[in-house]
Formats: sequence, C-alpha cells, structure tokens
Amino acid sequence: MMKLEAIIQPSRFESVKDALREVGIEGMTVTEVRGHGRQKGHTEVYRGREYTVDLLPKIKLEMVLPDKLVNVVVDTILKSAKTGKIGDGKIFISRVEEAIRIRNEERGESAL
Amino acid sequence: MNRAVLYCCCAVVVLFLTVPLSAQQAPVANPSVTVSSAAHTNVPKDLNEKLAQLDQRVTAAQSAGDNAWMLVSAALVLMMTGPGLALFYGGLVRRKNTLAIMMQSFAMMGLISVLWALVGYSLAFGGDGPIIGNFSHAFLRGVGVDPNPDYAATIPHLTFMIYQMMFAVITPALITGATAERMKFSGTVLFMTLWFLMVYAPLAHMVWGKGGFLNAAGGRFPCLDFAGGTVVHISSGVSALVCALYMGKRIGFPKQPMPPHSLVLSFIGACLLWVGWFGFNAGSALAANGLASSAFVATHLGAAAAAIGWSVAEWFKNGKASALGAISGAVAGLVAITPAAGFVRPMPAMAIGLAAGLCCYFMVTRVKALFGYDDALDAFGVHGAGGTIGALLTGVFAQEIVNPIFGPGKPAGGLDGHWSQVGNQLVGVLIAWGFALVGTIVILKITDVVTGFRASEEQEVDGLDVTQHGEEAYYLES
Repeated sequence: MMKLEAIIQPSRFESVKDALREVGIEGMTVTEVRGHGRQKGHTEVYRGREYTVDLLPKIKLEMVLPDKLVNVVVDTILKSAKTGKIGDGKIFISRVEEAIRIRNEERGESAL
Repeated sequence: MNRAVLYCCCAVVVLFLTVPLSAQQAPVANPSVTVSSAAHTNVPKDLNEKLAQLDQRVTAAQSAGDNAWMLVSAALVLMMTGPGLALFYGGLVRRKNTLAIMMQSFAMMGLISVLWALVGYSLAFGGDGPIIGNFSHAFLRGVGVDPNPDYAATIPHLTFMIYQMMFAVITPALITGATAERMKFSGTVLFMTLWFLMVYAPLAHMVWGKGGFLNAAGGRFPCLDFAGGTVVHISSGVSALVCALYMGKRIGFPKQPMPPHSLVLSFIGACLLWVGWFGFNAGSALAANGLASSAFVATHLGAAAAAIGWSVAEWFKNGKASALGAISGAVAGLVAITPAAGFVRPMPAMAIGLAAGLCCYFMVTRVKALFGYDDALDAFGVHGAGGTIGALLTGVFAQEIVNPIFGPGKPAGGLDGHWSQVGNQLVGVLIAWGFALVGTIVILKITDVVTGFRASEEQEVDGLDVTQHGEEAYYLES
C-alpha cells in the first residue's frame, strides 16, 4: 500500500477529481491548506500599506492506494493538475504499513 | 382586427384630450380666491376668519412636510453611526477587535443621547453667549412641540433637538477610528463623556448657536458651516490625531501586517454612510425646501467625485483601483462637502469632492507614513483633512444664489467676489483645530489619571473583544 499526497492549485481541483473518477478512484481526503514552494506570493495594498502574502491557498489530496494503482493515479494527477506555471504543486508518495476499516476491522488492501 | 385598432386610436385621442384638461384644473382654484377677496369688503368678518383659518392650514401643511423630512433625516443620521460607522470601522480592524470597535460606536448611541437630553442640548443651543450655551434647556425643559423660531420656525422644537442629537452621537464615535484596537472600554466611556461636554457642545454653540462668535448669522467671524465641517469633522479628526499621538502605536505597528479583517463589512458600512449623509446634509436645511434639494445634490456629487479622485490616484500609484480606496474616497468626499452642501452649486460640489478624494488619499498613504503616527483607521486622514479642505473651499465656492446667508444680494463666498470669506473660514478652521487640540489634551490627561485609556499589552494581544467585553465576534466552532 502506498500513500499519495498531492498539493495542487485550487483552480485545478475539480478537473483532478473528475479525472480520478474516470480511472476508478473514488475515495480521497481533501484539505484546504496554505503554503508555497518556489512560487513567490503577491502584494496587497490597503490604504497605502503594502502586505506581502506569501502563503497561498492550495488544496491537499490524500489517498492510500494498492501498489498497482499508484502509477495510473500519478499520471492522472500530473495530466489534470498541470498548468505549466510555477505553483502547480507537488506529489509525495510514501509506504503505508497497515490500513484498518473501523466499521468491520478489515485489514490490509481490502480495507481501502 | 380593424375595430380593435380603431378603439385604441379613440382611447389615445381621449387620453390626449383629457390630460391637458385635467392639468388646467389646478389653476381654477385661483379665480375663486380672487372672487372671495373681492367679496372680502362686503362680508369681512366671516371671510377674515376663513382667511385666518386658511393661513393656519398652510402653516400646518408646511410644518407637516418639514417635520416629516426632518424626522426621517434624524433617523438617517442615526443610521450613520449604527450600523454605518460601526460596520465601516468594524470591517477595518482585525477579527479580535470587531465587537469592541462596534461597541464603541454603539455606546455613543446610548451615552451621548442621554447626556444630550440632560445637559448637552442646552449647552449647545440654550442662551446666546459667544462660546457656550447655558442650562435653560437642561433636562429638556421648555423643549416641546412648539417650534423654536431661533433655529427652525416650522418644525417642533423636539424635532430640532433630536435631529441635533444625532450629530452629537456620531462625532465622538468618529474619533474611535484613531484609537482602534488598543483603547480600553472604561477609558472610552470617560473620555467621550468629557469630550462631548468640553469640546463638542461649546464648538456646536460657537458655530451654530445663537450669539456664537463663529455663527454665520451675526457672529464676529461669520464662518460658513452648513452641516458640520468644523463642528463634527475637524473637531473629531483633530482630536483623533491627538489621541493617536498621545496613545502611541499598536503593538507591532508598522512592521506586523494588520490588514482589514472584512472589507465586505466596511463596504456595507460605507454605503450606509453615503445614504445616511443625505439626512446629515440635506436635513441641515431644517426644512423640506429647495435648499434641502440643493444640499442633497451637492452631497451626492461630492461623494461621487471623491470616489473617482481616490480611485484614479490609486490606479496611477498601484496599477489597481481597490474597493477600499473607492469607499474611502467616497467618505472623504462626504466629509468635505458637509460644510459646503447648502452653499454651493453642483459643479463646485464636484470640484470639492475631487480635491478631497485626492488630498485625503495623499494624507492617508503618504503623510501618515512620513510622520509614522498610528491613526489606525484614518480618522484624522479622512475627517480632519477632509473637513479642513471642505471648510476652506466652502469660502471659495459659496454663492448667494444658492443660499443668501448674509442677506439677499450680499455676496457669500469667493465666487461671488467675497474673497475675505476664505479668511473667515480660515479663522473658523484654526479655532476648531486649536479648541479640539487643547481640549483633547486636557481630557486625555484626566482620563489617564482616572481610568487610564490604553488596554494592557496582554489585553491588546488577546484582542479587545474577549478582554473588554467577554465575547467574540466570530465563534466558528458553534
């Protein structure tokens, strides 16, 4: 099992979700987050006072997948989340030890 | 089909025939009046009585019209404080101080209203001294439904009193913009009580009160102030600056970002202020007459031109016209047109608005940064500066044709060739500045000793909502 965390542009979220549904992925956890990598923020001016806003709103998708699906999902996210500009986000993949479904205590990939 | 067309044509013809006929029916009343006055000599007693009755009814009708407008105006001016100013300021502060700043406005609606009824009205509009009124109307003694011909001969004295009360309520509330996010509530209450009694009431008497030495009608230095450029805006704006300087900066200013927490609230507040200002300025005609219409139009155009002025300046400077800039400009224009509203024609009104929009933009963005004082919500930059510009330009643009304030045929301001009026305006401005300055320093000292007026560092960091009022504006978990 692998855990996949993708941080993407909020404007791309709907198309990423649709694309994932098309390849058969339904389950995910989504969080609204703020952050930045290489992308610099922007400035806002209130009555002449300038503020630099460097933490920008992003969407974080988290999903745990059976090993065989990881490549498909990564390709799908790459295709649907890309705008080609700085600030498109990143994908992190890590190994998951165990998954347990709370309702019936199923374990392993069948709990996903 | 043809028939229907025919009927339609007939109907139209009939309509056209009847409209002029009905329009002519109004003047028919005139001949009957002539007839009755011709018969006047024959049966004098009855008709004299009838004429007297008619006179009375005309007066009553005028009084009813004027009173209706003035009661609405009074309500509009109250709306400027709450919710207008409360929302405008409430949106500009950080989230943790929202209720505190709103409460500072709302508290004035309670506190100053009561003080006004007890002594304030009498101190401002009782007697005929040059500097301050007396106690003849204390506890509203002698203030009833009969008009007070010294001020407004066609409306109940009570209406005049309540209308002026609303001005007294909003003026101290304006100051809270400068002290926002760090003034504690007990200090606010004491400061405002003293400020109202020692600065507002005397200044209102000097400029508007009978015998006041700045009163346009017969004062030593006749200063034109239609709706409160000196009394309301210079006094509150200058006092705001003194408070900001005396009190010091907010913790973290100017390094820490302190952006407005909700410009949506401010936006709604500014729009309510704009609407309420029609009561403030057009209501200052104290009657539902042509002067009220003139002031209404001047007010609106002044605000519109100032919104454009500020936005254009910002667009040039930052490449963007912001919502906060546009609403700030409108408020600056409303402030500047306040003393001029009942004296100037529409085109000069726009000039005053445009000047105010540009100057206040400069004050708020440049001058404040240059001197580094923390006038948190720009009470001085908008009201002090806007009020001063407006008061001076009133001397330039006032015209006898709009309001023969110095008597029929006598020139009013610079455009009429009476340039010395600008000098009179300057005297009024300087006295208002000086009086507010000295009065505020004295009151600040007293407040400092009795209650203190700055919240503790810890309270300021935690926010005034929780520390002063024990509640939060946005309880997101509930």
